[in-house]
Amino acid sequence: MKYLLILLISLLPAFSYAGQAKDMAEDPVLEQRMVNLAQNLRCLVCQNESLASSRADLAKDLRQEVREKMKQGMTDQQIIDFLVSKYGDFVLFDPPMKRYTILLWYGPFALLLMGLAGLVYQLRKRKNAAPEVQLSAEEAQRAAALLNEPKDPQT
Amino acid sequence: MMRFWPFVAFVVLAAFLYIGLGLNPHEIPSPLINKPAPAFTLPQLYSPAKQFSSQDMKGQVWLLNVWASWCVSCREEHPVLMALSQQNIVPIYGLDYKDKNADGEAWLREGGDPYTLVATDANGRVGIDYGVYGVPETYVIDKQGVIRYKQIGAITHESLQQKILPLVAELQAK
Repeated sequence: MKYLLILLISLLPAFSYAGQAKDMAEDPVLEQRMVNLAQNLRCLVCQNESLASSRADLAKDLRQEVREKMKQGMTDQQIIDFLVSKYGDFVLFDPPMKRYTILLWYGPFALLLMGLAGLVYQLRKRKNAAPEVQLSAEEAQRAAALLNEPKDPQT
Repeated sequence: MMRFWPFVAFVVLAAFLYIGLGLNPHEIPSPLINKPAPAFTLPQLYSPAKQFSSQDMKGQVWLLNVWASWCVSCREEHPVLMALSQQNIVPIYGLDYKDKNADGEAWLREGGDPYTLVATDANGRVGIDYGVYGVPETYVIDKQGVIRYKQIGAITHESLQQKILPLVAELQAK
């Protein structure tokens, strides 16, 4: 009995998988194309998930919309343009270069340059600030004695 | 002077984070603002044999309120819409989004019906055309059939008084 139960439990994942595979049935080539496209599109409901992986109702509808547009012979770019015209650039995981995304695209490089400039500035300052030590005659003599000390033969 | 830099950097970062906290990530600006409202013809809720066409609305300012009986925030919004409909300022047309007719009708019987007319978008197609992603959403559409404003989420007394009604008055005067 116990073994039967274990067997049944181990079969459970197979059932849940069957549910996910349902969408795939009709046309695997088209489905793959849809998934490839949808992976780069953002689900608007659960915003950090892609349209391909989201289980939100809207994502399901939009996947269907994409399938149908593909069947009508629209290119990927035409479908993307359609979705952008309805939902805005927000649906794209890869935001386009525009006036208001300049900061997004170049901000990190600007910060990097600022950091480098700060580093160079600090290093220069440190070099200039290193004090020139003036030795008295006595100290100079001691330093010379230490520097000229014969090496310990054992080392 | 140099030792104030970390403090300055902290203040700038804190300011950015503070502004970020105040933004609502669910409010995505709609690209449809100032564009012609997508035309649709859909069956009416109470008499599915009859159609409602958005083209019939040319010449008047109207609100298109997307709602559903399954939508939780719509309950919050409902009293505001009821109050607005009693003032007879602007017609409110409902779009029952991805809902069963029976559920939608029951919902309106229960809470009252603020709508001049309700059309049903059972498969959500028109919703996609309008860029609907979170019900409720409300569109202010002008006499030429151009979308002038989109309210994402429930209409509150505040957004009604500050945004929607002044805009409606302005558009009606044109």
